[in-house]
This record gives sequence, C-alpha cells and structure tokens, in this order.
Amino acid sequence: MADETRTSESSSGGDRPDRGERRPSSRPGGPGGGREGGPGGRKYFRRKKVCKFCVEKIEAINYKDIRLLAQFVAESGRIVPRRLTGVCTPHQRRLSLAIKQARNIALLPFAGRAA
Amino acid sequence: MNRTYELMFIVRPDMPEEEQDKLISTLETAVASSSGQVKSVERMGKRRLAYTVRKFHDGIYVLLTVEGGGGLIHELERRLRVTEPVIKFLTVRIDEEQKRLDKIKAIKDAKRKAAAPAPAAEAAGEAPAATA
Repeated sequence: MADETRTSESSSGGDRPDRGERRPSSRPGGPGGGREGGPGGRKYFRRKKVCKFCVEKIEAINYKDIRLLAQFVAESGRIVPRRLTGVCTPHQRRLSLAIKQARNIALLPFAGRAA
Repeated sequence: MNRTYELMFIVRPDMPEEEQDKLISTLETAVASSSGQVKSVERMGKRRLAYTVRKFHDGIYVLLTVEGGGGLIHELERRLRVTEPVIKFLTVRIDEEQKRLDKIKAIKDAKRKAAAPAPAAEAAGEAPAATA
C-alpha cells in the first residue's frame, strides 16, 4: 500500500534518456501489459518509472540523510525493491548500503516503526 | 596511511554536557597520540532512536570526523566499547566515497565548461525559427 504511493512519487520526473540503457526500457508505457493488469483486466496508464537519483542528479547517498533514505523504506522497515521504485541498479546498491548503515546506528528501524 | 573516517556514536540521553565534553576530549587526545587528526566534531543533539537500545528510547548523537590509520580506529572503538555511557557507535570510511564524488564533480565542471558556449549559440539560432 505504502509502496504504491512511493512509486508515483518517484516517477514524476521527465523522460530523460540519461542512463536509460541500464534499465529495462522495453516495458510499454501504454495501457495494460502488467502483472497487476491481469488477463482481461481494466486498462490503465502506467507511467514509466525513472531513477530518482539519476534524474535529480543526486550523487551522494549518505546514511545520515534520513529524509532521503526514508523515501525508499516501507512502513514495515523494508527496503523497497527496485521494481517498485524504479531506482537503477548502481544507485539501489548504494542506497541499500546506506540504509543498512543507518539501521545500525538507530536512525532507521530494522523492522517497523518504533513501537 | 591516511584515511578519513566518520565515527558516529550515541551516548545515553541523561549524560550531562560536561561529561560529554570530557569524553570527546579524551577521544581527541587518543587520536592525537596515534598521530591522527580530528577534522571536525559535530553534536547532532538528542534524537529519538528508531528502536530501543539498552532500554533507551532516545540518545545524544555525536559525529567525529577523523583522519588516521586503521590502528587508530581500532583504539577508538575499543575506548567507545568500554565507555559505559556510549550505547552505540558506527565507523564509516569516507575517503574513497569522497574521492569518487570529487571525480564526478570535476567531470561535471569540465563538461559544463565545454558545453556552455555550444548550446548558447544553438539556442540563439533556434529561437527565431520557433517563433516564426
């Protein structure tokens, strides 16, 4: 649920072919064609996801920047997978490292919000 | 052997200010005695912890940027471990990441310099065509 909202947030950027070749760009932006769509399901428009870090040219992914990291952590404390956020592989790698460091110093939770 | 590290640690929230100063100064002398260098000390203040640590819900964060070798870090971590009010610490090496960022920045600056005159001329040529 939380993932859905995050997805639309991160995909608001333009269609920059900056690092496009790194991501599977063959996915049609048109109606249907998704696992969620299902056979005979209603058609809907899927906006093409883009990597937030590539689009906004964010180079530094630091464990202290909780504002940034929290956008890629689900309510449950999970790191949101790439296929939902659209982050490219090199950035996801550094992002997950930063999140894990932040967890270690109690800036981000390992599981869930502090109960 | 000069590496840059960030040493972040959390002390218990009820620790008085002067004792924090004492702790930080002992760490600084430890750094100096191993021919290291303290680049900066930042007190990030009291923050809520994301999960309970030794039954504490919040803690005072301190960030130290240190230059030196691995032996120095080993010594600092040992000290933090035996210091009772310190409830958690994390050391991250940052020089390589910084080097990478500097490199990217240099490339960007070079690109901007090279690209700056070209698009300006192009835009000037295109503008009348668009309005026509």
